[in-house]
Amino acid sequence: MGRSKRKGPYVCPKLLAKVRELNRKKEKRVIRTWSRASTIVPEMLGHTIAVHDGRKHVPVYITEDAIGHKLGEFAPTRTFRGHGAHTHRSTALK
Amino acid sequence: MARIAGVDLPRDKKVLAALPYIYGIGRTRAKQILEATGVNPDTRVRDLTEEEVAKIRDFIDNNYKVEGDLRAEVQLNIKRLIDLGTYRGLRHRRGLPVRGQRTQTNARTRKGPKKTVGVRRKKK
Repeated sequence: MGRSKRKGPYVCPKLLAKVRELNRKKEKRVIRTWSRASTIVPEMLGHTIAVHDGRKHVPVYITEDAIGHKLGEFAPTRTFRGHGAHTHRSTALK
Repeated sequence: MARIAGVDLPRDKKVLAALPYIYGIGRTRAKQILEATGVNPDTRVRDLTEEEVAKIRDFIDNNYKVEGDLRAEVQLNIKRLIDLGTYRGLRHRRGLPVRGQRTQTNARTRKGPKKTVGVRRKKK
């Protein structure tokens, strides 16, 4: 929503370079990135990108349907463990 | 009896006001439909002639996705978000607001009637 067509979709240049490098070498490796704001472009198809959620990197496998979404949409930043009593379950970090 | 796009037929209203009873047709589209078919927007639904009804029906069938088809499309879009595992899909699944609204208060449309949550005390 709202970004100029002239500019095209935003993809972190560093990330895009890495994806292209892997494509060139016909390799598939997990790429870690902090760039949650990057749009998923067709070049990333089939790659697994580990997107930072503020604490760790969540591996996201890029499917065709995901194109056009942002990487951050696939790595939730909040962990809701319910209200009330502090049970073992609610306090344990994953 | 004016039966357009499946089931809808509000009788005593003017066509302009009656068409929005169809899911997928609002005031704007109603206006456009009447303009395109040349039907006077002030005629009551019961006074519409057969041809007028037919014209309106054809125009809607050919140009807009309404009622069941439209509902199905919306559901499909939501299902897509859910299956993709996106944040928006998650919000749909939980029945919480999808577009970043606050949830400490309000958000009653999505969350439904108020359910009081008691504090569960620590178990020893």
